[in-house]
Amino acid sequence: MKFVLLTAILTLASSAYALDGQIGIHDPSTVIQCDGKFYVFGTGGGGLISDDGWTWRGGAVRPGGGVAPDVIHIGDRYIVAYAGTGVHTMWTKTLDTNSPDFGFKDDTVVATSDLDCNAIDPAFLLDPGDGKLWMSYGSYIGFIRLVQLDPKTGKRVDPNGTPYNIAVNCEASAMMFHDGWYYLLATHGSCCRGSDSGYNIRVGRATAVTGPFLDNMGVDMIEGGGKLFVGSNGRDIGPGHFGLLDLGDGVQKFSCHYEADLDRGGASVLDLRPVLWKDGWPEAGENMKGGTYEIQSVRTGTSLELAVEGVPVGGRRPLRGGGGGFGGRRGGPGAGVAAGETNAAGGQIAVGEPGGTNAAGGRGVRRGGGGGMFAGQGGVIPPQDVAQVSTNWPAGNVDLRLANYLCQAQQKWAITAVTNSGGYPGSPYFKITIAGTDRALAVSEDAELVALPAFSGGPEQLWRIEQLTDGTWRIMPKSVPNSKDALALSAIGSSFATLGKFDPTSDMQRWLIRAP
Amino acid sequence: MNTLRAILLQASSVLAATVLFGIAAPPGASAQSYGSTLTQPASPTKAPGPDGFLQRWIILDPIHVNGVTQNAVQAAVKTNYFPGQFTVIPRDGDKVTVGDVELIWHAVDTKNYNVNLYHLVHALNKPFTNVLFWAVTIVNCPEEMRDVRLAIGSNDASVWWVNGQEVIGIYGDRQTVIDDGVSKKLTLNKGPNVIRCAVHNQGGATDFCARFLDAQNKPVKNLSLSLGDIGK
Repeated sequence: MKFVLLTAILTLASSAYALDGQIGIHDPSTVIQCDGKFYVFGTGGGGLISDDGWTWRGGAVRPGGGVAPDVIHIGDRYIVAYAGTGVHTMWTKTLDTNSPDFGFKDDTVVATSDLDCNAIDPAFLLDPGDGKLWMSYGSYIGFIRLVQLDPKTGKRVDPNGTPYNIAVNCEASAMMFHDGWYYLLATHGSCCRGSDSGYNIRVGRATAVTGPFLDNMGVDMIEGGGKLFVGSNGRDIGPGHFGLLDLGDGVQKFSCHYEADLDRGGASVLDLRPVLWKDGWPEAGENMKGGTYEIQSVRTGTSLELAVEGVPVGGRRPLRGGGGGFGGRRGGPGAGVAAGETNAAGGQIAVGEPGGTNAAGGRGVRRGGGGGMFAGQGGVIPPQDVAQVSTNWPAGNVDLRLANYLCQAQQKWAITAVTNSGGYPGSPYFKITIAGTDRALAVSEDAELVALPAFSGGPEQLWRIEQLTDGTWRIMPKSVPNSKDALALSAIGSSFATLGKFDPTSDMQRWLIRAP
Repeated sequence: MNTLRAILLQASSVLAATVLFGIAAPPGASAQSYGSTLTQPASPTKAPGPDGFLQRWIILDPIHVNGVTQNAVQAAVKTNYFPGQFTVIPRDGDKVTVGDVELIWHAVDTKNYNVNLYHLVHALNKPFTNVLFWAVTIVNCPEEMRDVRLAIGSNDASVWWVNGQEVIGIYGDRQTVIDDGVSKKLTLNKGPNVIRCAVHNQGGATDFCARFLDAQNKPVKNLSLSLGDIGK
């Protein structure tokens, strides 16, 4: 009964938080794909499977028990490492237990403990430059070490060779290669204390796979260095055990566990989050969170909006004429305001008390920034009431376009996770609606964008929103009518948006999603 | 410094007067050219420019219209100013009457990517503030072209039709930016296709540009442009 209750709580909670389904795990391996499914293994044997990277279930099989495994796919084999008595490796041709090719072979010890190294927490790196396979390992006491393995068998290339020492007094190491640099990520702090766990993932980099791995301040990780990659944030406490999931096209994610997810009773759970790159250093990105946003094209600097007549926030400012006045940029007759216009306060613009606040809570404005037409209307201008301005919008489908952002109702988008509609690595699908309405961004039959009068849950109304490595976002419909192409929201021209094949070298499909 | 300021003030005064009254300076150009960028066509057809821009148009004298917002411009272009407004293929020198004013169609080739309407009205001594320009061109395709897009820019707002179908509307006080407004995917027929636009200018400079983009967003160049009187 307790189990059933806990399951229900987890399911409810997961609709709003990281990952869905059965995600309890500790010391997760790298998340890996096999025959279209995602697999991850953890301490204690077994592991999790997901069809989409969002909703997880048990069922992955890994013999050997032990702790903190890792997995890598090389050629036609999946090589798995785990720590029992020393670090073991073994391989299988598939992770699908229903396949006749499933079955782990050649379980071999490839590293052992000594006074200066606790041989657990293995992690693989396949060097993309020379094809060499490396394994780092070590935990908490002594060194993180590095040995070379045979990429075909997973066995040591030189069983009697001396491992490289590359970091100290940390654990759960992992390595990756990016833009000419080798990166060593290792977990600092303590695990296994629930919400009191100080786990955090730190990183150093080197030009050689064997180090030295220096952090952003030049401190060698073998002397305790490490730039923070991700630490506790919000209600997710103690991230550890980095694993890279490269989805291609400039989309990289990392797996980790949180020692304690406070929204799941402090359980240790799996998460998948974006990897960002800034100035040559990886940082943890964020999965999309529900909220109201401006969606701005990186290409054009203009923002997605309904193609309806906009109403200036606070109402249209009446144009005042006057001989000798000065116009707007090209206002022509009648657009100007009388030159030398001053207010009765003799220089103090009549909005609130000088330097203080007015009745509406707005700050007073002192002359110097401009008077007359520049004085505003006083007080705080409230947000535009979408219910009011939308009365003039067409009732049916409305086209989309891009325009300068002016904080108007047709430019504010509510992004909301949709339950029970699947997802992708790290996130559920979202609906994108004009805030305060049910008008939903969707894909039309001819693969163009359209705003429907109401969201009805169709796959052409569900959106995959992922942070790219530069921190911008890619927005893709779950499906496109009459097409199998994977398309992304694309700025075509300065003022129009459509769908196009994602080009990681272009800004056309990159978007800023930010608070309005 | 004072000298520079004086020059700037003098220049801005001239500009302000021009803006305020919305009348171009007296014409100095011949009937065969309109400013430094527009000339009467001298050949039956014309290929698009190097970047695919449509450089041959026939343009009606401006019509006085107020309002540059979406609703105002849409109302303006839906107003019936002259017979055949959405169907006529005018010839150079054709005349229409709008209200009690006789307006003339002018065929032009532009040397640039854009059609400088300010040059046109300057040469014609016509107003350019709060006006609507109607323009037409014929795009001849060697074969049917699917999934192309009309891509335009205009100063200020504009509405565009391809073979009678409204495909683009951009609104507000704006400058001409290449590929500012882009249509949804459309099909150009083999043979002639009529491209029509209405450009509203609130004041100051006014121009437009247009080209077609293919499915890879590359300019379509295997076209030819002609006007209604060509070949007759």
